[in-house]
Amino acid sequence: MASDLGLWSVPLAMIAGAIRVSTPFIFVSVGECLTERSGRINLGLEGTMIMGAMSGYGVALVSGSPWLGVLVAAGVGMLLGALHAAICQLPRVNDVATGIGMMLFGTGLAFFLGKPLIQPKAPNLGAIDFGWWSSIPQIHQALQVNYLFIIGVVLAFAMAWALKNTRWGLIVRLAGESVDAALAIGASVARTRLIATSIGGAFAGVGGAFLSLYYPGSWNEGLSSGQGLMAVALVIFARWEPVRCLWASLLFGAAGAISPALQSVGVTQGYYLFSAAPYVLTLALMIATCSPERSLRGAPAELGAVK
Amino acid sequence: MIDKFNIGPRSVSRRGLLGGAAAGAMTLGLGGAANAQKPLVIGFIYVGPRDDYGYNQAHAEAAAVLKKMPGVKVQEEEKVPETVSVEKTMESMINLDGATLVFPTSFGYFDPYMLKVAGKYPKIQFRHCGGLWTEGKHPMNTGSYFGYIDEAQYLAGIVAGSVTKSGKLGFVAAKPIPQVLRNINAFTMGAQSVNPKVTTQVIFTGDWALPVKEAEATNSMIAQGVDVVTCHVDSPKVVVETAERAGIYTCGYHCNQAKLAPKGYLTGAEWNWERIYVDMVNDMKAGKAPGNFVRGGLKEGYVRTSAYGPAVPAAVRDKADAAKLAVLNGSLSIYKGALKDNKGNVVIPAGTSYVITEPKLESMNYLVEGVVGSTS
Repeated sequence: MASDLGLWSVPLAMIAGAIRVSTPFIFVSVGECLTERSGRINLGLEGTMIMGAMSGYGVALVSGSPWLGVLVAAGVGMLLGALHAAICQLPRVNDVATGIGMMLFGTGLAFFLGKPLIQPKAPNLGAIDFGWWSSIPQIHQALQVNYLFIIGVVLAFAMAWALKNTRWGLIVRLAGESVDAALAIGASVARTRLIATSIGGAFAGVGGAFLSLYYPGSWNEGLSSGQGLMAVALVIFARWEPVRCLWASLLFGAAGAISPALQSVGVTQGYYLFSAAPYVLTLALMIATCSPERSLRGAPAELGAVK
Repeated sequence: MIDKFNIGPRSVSRRGLLGGAAAGAMTLGLGGAANAQKPLVIGFIYVGPRDDYGYNQAHAEAAAVLKKMPGVKVQEEEKVPETVSVEKTMESMINLDGATLVFPTSFGYFDPYMLKVAGKYPKIQFRHCGGLWTEGKHPMNTGSYFGYIDEAQYLAGIVAGSVTKSGKLGFVAAKPIPQVLRNINAFTMGAQSVNPKVTTQVIFTGDWALPVKEAEATNSMIAQGVDVVTCHVDSPKVVVETAERAGIYTCGYHCNQAKLAPKGYLTGAEWNWERIYVDMVNDMKAGKAPGNFVRGGLKEGYVRTSAYGPAVPAAVRDKADAAKLAVLNGSLSIYKGALKDNKGNVVIPAGTSYVITEPKLESMNYLVEGVVGSTS
């Protein structure tokens, strides 16, 4: 029976929450990690994510295939990323300001085009049932894992490997650390950043499609409510490492599940405080890991530099 | 919204013109004749999208009924934040569209925004949804209306309490304010009236529209064995869809969500704003000001329950219908003593029973016995 687990159901619910809630964070932060490693910052991912959610939902609705929706969301994200990169390539353009502009543009466009999508119901991306062996409903529910979550985890490790071990990863890191060095080996910094930003945008688009096509699984205007922005902050928190982005996203998802999980087992006092847990956690870890002696460890040297 | 900003500066001269014309007509004694020709323009302002399966849709459905009335023109604007921008919306509705009756439907529009604009345009009528209009304190061209939807929640609770197998109901709520607490308590007491052992688990998400939190709250209650869930958030869509996917039952809120959960939808507490709006429009047409303080429940027809879903057995329907009849003829009081809150304090002493209009209920700050949750 459900209540037999008692307080053990709280950590279980947090794991379940981590798996359910973290996927968009994983995609956006791993993508942004790549973008920032190339020396470009894209704050517009919140808008990209919402555009991805809207376009993915619309395409899934019309075509009946949620996976086609995910693909289109990635394409739309890629276009928005490329647009951001193209604007930032112009002389004396600040990429932070451009990013905020892109965020407002993406959000506004998605709300405008998404009007007719609020009512209809699009097909849902399914989940894999890893909990078939258990008769405990909580475990069963916690182990309903969506394919995109698995893809996200694999991508985080693949990205870390590629950045470290491939020639292409080396060029991306060079573009982020020292433009002169990149030029010296004959790599095009502009092209590298264009590609890195486009891929980052595509990832964010997929993260948005997860929101509208799996969890919570419908299109509405409050869908993202700042998750894209938080994911960008997670990259700094994760010190520009894709695998750490994965852990940070999972931690964030679990922290977000604390408040409903505690309330559902009857710990009802102070839920406002528990709702703030993810942000308190971020602040605490930032304070614990910062140092007055050096600047942020792992930050790409060219990040945010204006030509 | 953009076009209204662009032609904003012109509105001043336009207002002067309209005012002058009206004054001219009045001095000639042609007021009545002129009114008969001109359509009555009504402005509706929504805080969110009007097709949200929730609070705003309930108002927009009623506005759609008004559109069909002869001699009535309806102007709508959606997604207007509860800031100074609602003042701009009201002014452009009055000055550019010629609205003489304005319905700002969201709670936060009332004070100070609507009161400020009402002071500026004493000839225009403003009626606000949910505010507490007080004579002497607020201008006479303003007013408020609201429905006692907890009566409908009580009936939904009867259905939920009869259908549940685990004896655990779930309630996803936004904030612990009196209107929300009344709904949670009424729903619980309805369920307890058929099965005293039923408990209601409540989870507060902290705000009116947080889709991911609402889904998370629903899922964590399902994991605890809750098998009927309902909610009080702006749009019940996420909660209802999540519950349907998990194969449990739902009761709707604000408007009918049966389409989102064809299998698990039991019933729901719905607004029926058209009753209020049609009356107010008829008053305006007759040259009277609509009521300043309008309240009502099932009896007045301001709230209703959704048609029963396929999962509700006939015996349960009869039970809920009987309770509805008892509410309608006044023989059933939802809030009666001795009533304890979930900390064991007596909140309504034995022998006391409140009518639904009791002002004390409008400042409710407790959860009744059987609710698992806390208001802070």
